[in-house]
Amino acid sequence: MQVTITINGEQVSRDVEPRMLLVHFIRETPGLTGTHWGCDTSNCGACVVLMDGKAVKSCTTLAAMCEGHEIRTVESLEVDGRLDPIQMGFHEQHALQCGFCTPGMLMTARALLDENPNPTDLEIRTAISGAICRCTGYKNIVSAVRWAAEYEAAAAKQEV
Amino acid sequence: MQTPASFEYERATSVEGAIASLARLGSDARVIAGGHSLLPMMKLRLAEPAHLIDINDLEGELSYIRDDGGEIAIGALTRHVDLLGSDFLAEHFPVFRDAEEVIADPVVRNRGTIGGSLCQADAAEDLSAVCTAVKAKVVIRGTGGSRTVSMEEFHVGPYVTAVGDGELLTEIRLPLFPGAGSAHEKVERRAGDWAIAAASAAVWLDSSTISNAGIGLSAVGLTTIHLTRAEELLKGKPPSEELFAQAAEIASEDCSPMADGRGPVDYKRHLAGVLTKRALSRATARALNQEA
Repeated sequence: MQVTITINGEQVSRDVEPRMLLVHFIRETPGLTGTHWGCDTSNCGACVVLMDGKAVKSCTTLAAMCEGHEIRTVESLEVDGRLDPIQMGFHEQHALQCGFCTPGMLMTARALLDENPNPTDLEIRTAISGAICRCTGYKNIVSAVRWAAEYEAAAAKQEV
Repeated sequence: MQTPASFEYERATSVEGAIASLARLGSDARVIAGGHSLLPMMKLRLAEPAHLIDINDLEGELSYIRDDGGEIAIGALTRHVDLLGSDFLAEHFPVFRDAEEVIADPVVRNRGTIGGSLCQADAAEDLSAVCTAVKAKVVIRGTGGSRTVSMEEFHVGPYVTAVGDGELLTEIRLPLFPGAGSAHEKVERRAGDWAIAAASAAVWLDSSTISNAGIGLSAVGLTTIHLTRAEELLKGKPPSEELFAQAAEIASEDCSPMADGRGPVDYKRHLAGVLTKRALSRATARALNQEA
């Protein structure tokens, strides 16, 4: 079947089997391999992308179900060489080691801050509870999200 | 790589259309909404539907939580995130918010639906226990019209419900009676995991006595356990810790857990009792507006 999905603002069409999962569509068709394919069982969160602004696990979503929807992947965060504050936060707070969980963590955190710009540490921990990191112990990831929230708040103040 | 077996995909544009497709395709067809129960089952070949009817475009018809003449009506496509966020639902039945906070994780809750959870009919699933406790009824629609069944009639067996070929679960209805309090208690190994055991309880108080009670247990039997014997014990008596301890004993006796990676049988029986008592205490405190 022909499926057309808007990925990072660009329409991507491909003839696929209905059973194709969104994560494979994203990785194979536009070749955006930033979205990681991890546990395949919706437990690890490495495959998280945004669907119409909400975080979803792309290993447990059919590509066919996304026809007509807007998908945002980790590749959309950096614009013209400028990192998203979430990415800056992960860099500043050393929130990754091997990096496998990072794309999913970044997108999960992006969705959180879009909805709740000033989350508590508990809210951050709850938000990323569907994403597994085996390197950092999460502490630095929480710090990074907090850093990004504070950075965005300060930037918003400057604009006013 | 885990991939479902091949199937034909169809996107429904109306409830009527979805039911027509289900009726035409019979037992070869399954409905997909969030897909967070069905797709893992399909990857493992525990389910191999030849046709999937995607109902995600039917939010206009099937996603709502509303007051409907003395009952709360919840559309089957209402997602976990919306059940968690509903102050209206939490005001009448806080048991839903208790459960939703510990169902999977926030990302899964963005997609999963109440209808999907109930139709999966997994004994470890939380909302089946919640709906059992609050004495929910479910509305099943087919080409010939709708029928409404109790949770008892709805649960036919493990992973099997009363929803037949050519039918769609469309609505969950929660009867409203005064003096209600409810709570859900769950113990899990780690965030987002299935329960080792969970208990949902609802009580309805009439001045100083329990006029009615509902208790459902998750993950301690082949299906959701409806603790009718404990409910009968509670009816007509004033709430007390001693009474709830007796109900907890019944919970331990009347469940039938299996030993697995989540724990041995005696531990799960013990847990079912402890959680039943805690859920009853908290439900009662809420009914009395005395929650700590």
